[in-house]
Formats: sequence, C-alpha cells, structure tokens
Amino acid sequence: MILNGLSLTVNAGEVHAIMGPNGSGKSTLSYVLSGREGYVVTQGSVTYRGQDLLAMEPDVRAAKGVFLAFQYPIEIPGVATMQFLKVALNAQRKARGEKELSTPDFMRLVKARAAKLGVSQDMLKRAVNVGFSGGEKKRAEILQMAVLEPSLCILDETDSGLDIDALRIVADGVNALRSPDRAMIVITHYQRLLDYIVPDVVHVLSQGRIVKSGGKNLAHELEERGYAQFEKDAA
Amino acid sequence: MADTDTIELVKDIDVDKYKYGFTTDIESELAPKGLNESIVRFISEKKREPEWMLEWRLGAYRRWVEMTEPTWARVHYPKIDFQDLHYYAAPKSMAAPKSLDEIDPKLLETYAKLGIPLKEQEILAGVRRQGESSELDSEGGGETAGRVAIDAVFDSVSVVTTFKDELAKAGVIFCSMSEAVREHPELVQKYLGSVVPQGDNFYAALNSAVFSDGSFVYVPPNTRCPMELSTYFRINERNTGQFERTLIIADRGAYVSYLEGCTAPTRDENQLHAAVVELIALEDAEIKYSTVQNWYPGDKEGKGGVYNFVTKRGDCRGRNAKISWTQVETGSAITWKYPSCILRGDNSRGEFYSIAISNGRQQVDSGTKMIHLGKNTSSRIISKGIAAGRSDNTYRGLVTAHRKATNARNFTQCDSLLIGDKCGAHTVPYIEAKTSTAQFEHEATTSKISDDQLFYCMSRGLSEEEAVALIVNGFVRDVLQQLPMEFMAETQKLIGISLEGSVG
Repeated sequence: MILNGLSLTVNAGEVHAIMGPNGSGKSTLSYVLSGREGYVVTQGSVTYRGQDLLAMEPDVRAAKGVFLAFQYPIEIPGVATMQFLKVALNAQRKARGEKELSTPDFMRLVKARAAKLGVSQDMLKRAVNVGFSGGEKKRAEILQMAVLEPSLCILDETDSGLDIDALRIVADGVNALRSPDRAMIVITHYQRLLDYIVPDVVHVLSQGRIVKSGGKNLAHELEERGYAQFEKDAA
Repeated sequence: MADTDTIELVKDIDVDKYKYGFTTDIESELAPKGLNESIVRFISEKKREPEWMLEWRLGAYRRWVEMTEPTWARVHYPKIDFQDLHYYAAPKSMAAPKSLDEIDPKLLETYAKLGIPLKEQEILAGVRRQGESSELDSEGGGETAGRVAIDAVFDSVSVVTTFKDELAKAGVIFCSMSEAVREHPELVQKYLGSVVPQGDNFYAALNSAVFSDGSFVYVPPNTRCPMELSTYFRINERNTGQFERTLIIADRGAYVSYLEGCTAPTRDENQLHAAVVELIALEDAEIKYSTVQNWYPGDKEGKGGVYNFVTKRGDCRGRNAKISWTQVETGSAITWKYPSCILRGDNSRGEFYSIAISNGRQQVDSGTKMIHLGKNTSSRIISKGIAAGRSDNTYRGLVTAHRKATNARNFTQCDSLLIGDKCGAHTVPYIEAKTSTAQFEHEATTSKISDDQLFYCMSRGLSEEEAVALIVNGFVRDVLQQLPMEFMAETQKLIGISLEGSVG
C-alpha cells in the first residue's frame, strides 16, 4: 500500500505544493488522480467538482479538466507535437460538446502560447518528445497545459532535470496560468521550484499520508531540516 | 492492469466491422466451375480475343497443370480446390457498354457506395473533398489534389474507364486489359509476360491462363501523364476468382503515377484473387505504383476472406529508370505478395514502401525483391508491419546484386509493431551480393505499443481507440508520405478503421 490515510482539499484558485522524500507516494498520488491503470484504490474517494473522479477513464478526466504534467514525458515517434496538440484539444472539445477548432484558429492559439514558453516552430514540427532535451520536454508539457487549459493541473517533479534558466522559463509559464478558477498541485522534491512557483499551501507527504501542512515557509523549514523528523512522526 | 486491457482490446478487435461487405444483387454470367482448356477458350471467346492471345493463355494453362502450389510462405490454409471455382463472372448487363449512360445503374450505385464516383464531374468533386486536411494532419491538407482517372473492374470485367479522351490527347493509353488486347495488340504482344513470364510461379501461370480484366497503361516518350491513374477492383460473385492482369509501360522519359484499390463483400466462403502486375520503365522513365488493398479479411474467427496471391514486378529496363511501389495492405485473409524491382538499367532505382496491418486471424507474408543487375543501381525498402489480434505478419525480402552490378546500393528498414500478445511479427531478409562493391544495409526493429504511450495519450483526452490509431499512424508516417496526396487522408482513416474495435 503506497497511499494510506491521505486527505487533501484543494480549492479553485489555490496552488498546493506536495513535498516528500523518495518513495513517499508523490508520483503515485499524481497517477491515481489522473487515472493510470495499475493503481488500485481499495478505499477512499476522490471528488472533483462534485463528481466521483475515480469512476472516470483518464480521457474523461482530461476532458473534464484534469491535466498531469509528466515527470518523464513519453515519446510518440512519427506524431508531430503540433498534430498531437490538435488531436488532444479537439478530442477534449468534442467530449465536452464544443465545436472543434479549425486549423487556422488552432495554429494561432498554439503559436501565441508557444512563443511565451520559448517553444520554437521547429520543435512543434518534431515528433512528440522524440529527441527533446530535458528542458524541451518540460516546456512542451507546460505548452500542452497552456493549450488544453485544464482546471486542475498536477505537476509531477516538473523541476527535475532543469537548469536554473529552464526552470525560470517553465515557472513563468506555470505562473501565467494561475487563475482564480484553476487549481494546481505541484509535486516536488526540492524547495527550489517553490521559489519560483510560490504555493498557497505546502504539504509534507510521508509514507503515504500528509503529516504536516502549512504556509510557504514550511518549504524552507524542510530544506533546512530535512524530511527525517516527519518520517519519525509518520511511523 | 493495462496489459490485461491490451489483451482485452485485442480480443475485441472486430474485423466484422468491415465496411465494404455489402453484396450487389446483380445477375451474372458465370463460366461453369472448374478449369480446363475449354474454360480457357470460353474466357478468351467472351473477351473476343485474337488467336495469339488464346494460344498464349493455353500455353500458360499447360504449364500450370504441371506446377504445384508454393508452400514456403508462413501462411496456413486448407488446400484450395481449383476445380471448385468459377473462373469467369460478369454482370449480364455488361455485354458491351459504350458510355456511362449504358452502364447498369446497380453497378454505378455499387461504386458510389464504395466512395468511387464514376461520373467524371463527380470525380472532380470527390477528389477535392479527399484533398482536404485530414484530422490527424495539423499542417493542413494539400489543396493540390488533381484529377484521377479511374478504371473500375467488377468481377471479371472492366465496367468503365474515365477521362479516356483527355488522356488520349496527351497520347496516354489507359484502358482495360481486354480492350488493349483488341485495340493495341502490338504493345500487348511486345510487353505482356516480359516481366512476369507465364511459368514464373504457380499463381502467375494460373493468372496467365485465365486472367480476366485489369488495366493497361502506356505513356509515350517524354510525357508526364497529366493525372493520377487509378483502378478499382471489386469481387462480388460467390465462389469466383478474380485474376486481374495489369500492364503499365512508361516509355523513355515518361512519368506515371497509378493507384489501385480493392474491396470485396463479406462472405463465408473464401474468394481467390491471383493477380499479375507488370511494370516496364524504359530509359529515364518513372513509374509510381500505389496499392490500397482492403479485400474482405474474414471474420474474427477466420471464417471467409479473400486469398490474395499476387505477383507484382517492375522492370527498370533502361538507364536512370525508376520504379516505386507503395502498398497499404489492410485486407485479405491471406496475403502472399512481393512487389519487386529488376534494376537492369545502369543507375536505375527501385523503391518499396509498405504498410501491412493484420488483425483477427489474418496472415500476411509480404515483402519485396530488389534485383540489382546494372551498375550504380540503388534501392530502398521501408516496411512497417502492424500485427494485432491473432494475426501473423511476416516481412520476406530479397536483395541481390549480380556480379556486374558494380556499386549496387540498398537500404532496408523493417519495423514491426505488435498490439497485444497473441499475434506474431516475423522478418525474413535474404541478402546476396556477388560483387564486393555492393553496399547493403539492413535495419530491423520490433516494438509494442507501450502502456506508457497509451496512458500519455489518454491523459490528454484521447480515447484508447484514438490513441492506438494515432500511435500507429505515427509509426507508419514515413510510408504514408509516399502515397499520392489525394489518398493520404483516406488511408489514415482506413488505418483507424482497420484497428477499430481494438479497444473494449
């Protein structure tokens, strides 16, 4: 059992950081929320905007506004990033009963969002994540988020593998998406990311449950004193 | 677990979703069942053929009787009783139509239902529609879609050939094989059987004896054929074989692009299709031949479906000649097909691009032969096999360089993609170089659609089915790009349909 006794409420407009040592269940939490196969929930519930999230397939969750920025984005050879974005956006719009975007409207939307994230036209033509550097992969994830405009963003270790400049670009991209009707769960190992994406609430995850919650200063405290004290508490 | 799910999805792959399975209720004239010399005479007479053609057929028949079926391919099926088939079937109303107005409306309706409009003005409209951007292509579609001339073959006869007059102005001959035998005997006699001889193999000999219709193309020297040429083959009648024969000649400096499409009704019995296609490219000529083969594949238990035993070969007969085969194989219960190139002329080039999708209980044994005879000849093979369900998908290819084929070059890439764990992908390359100057490269990969890829796509809003179609379309992209623009979007959709129901 990876998650056990975890309780968390995230309101629209809030950014919650979840910190914890390796193996505390951070990634598992992101997979459970996004509906990855192979994670069985034996007890408990997840309610998203009044609906039972766990009863939905991953694509249904996506159409309802749940987005997971992957720690290790997956390669899809032969499928251009631009094409992928269009298929995804239109699949979601269709599921919501909205009209699909025409190619020119879509191109305008993507170009505007891509420019802000420093994603080049060339990158949009390349196959999804194939041959992307670590920084490019993370920027591409945030671009997907910016185009799909989810209402719940889950960022799984988005800072891993980024140098300081890339981190700033990605964080700026995320901050630009903060809005009163969008919630974010930022999962991270290090406090560094939270200097750029300043959270409203910080939670400490240890051995599958949240052992402490607090303001943004909790992150600094963790940085200084480590996770050891909480592991004792959780045991 | 996602793995179990993939297995589920494979179990549910529904080959019964074949969309072209309807039957046309039309009265046919059939030859009596069985094959003997009098049947060969009957066919020849029906087609009002000259004596030399009948003699050629009889010669082939006599060789066929002495031959046995090849068994080296990785396909399994009950022995075919060649005496239990009709070797000729033609709609009765088809006696001698001269124009579209005289064609049985039922036939026109059949082709309309298949999305193949035969009235020239509709073809114009239809093609423009096909040229629009496909849903998977964000770069926007081509507005360059040109016109396509079509030869429609129904069972053993050609129903109509469109745009003939316009093509004739450019000197291009595009007609049914039967008509070519009567109208252009000098060309047919010169080239028929010159690439695939009568006794080449069991099925080629059978075809040579009883071939029904097919297309004939001749493009005169230094002429670029002004439009895409296309033949649409339809097997309708029960217990018949379709034995099409196609012959394409590009004279010096000529260029032609040709596409064939094939469908058949859903039937419990197996239907036999044994075609021969011969291409001849003279000096500086280029032939681009594309196939979208979607014969009925049988149901998911393997009942019914077309047996597709085909011999296709091109001869680069002059310097700098080029022949390019592109095939998209999604149908047939059994496919036995190796479109090949004889690179005879110096500097000639052969290409083979293939997408072969097998599902349900389909068995595919397909590939190519690149035979380098001339100096500085080059060839390229890109094969993408996708196996799902309980199907078997084999790539079999031969690349050979003759002693005198100095500096022969080949690059081969064979990629296989497996969906589920009850299917098989096999790669059987044969490479022979008799000159030390030859450079042959072979690359092969086998992969599975990963659960990671599926989840990634689904977490972005794609259904599992859409995710599979997207990943497969990415996998075959290099080959898809070789198809004429007009058919790319259609083919992308066909790939989606072939894998439809692959999720539960």
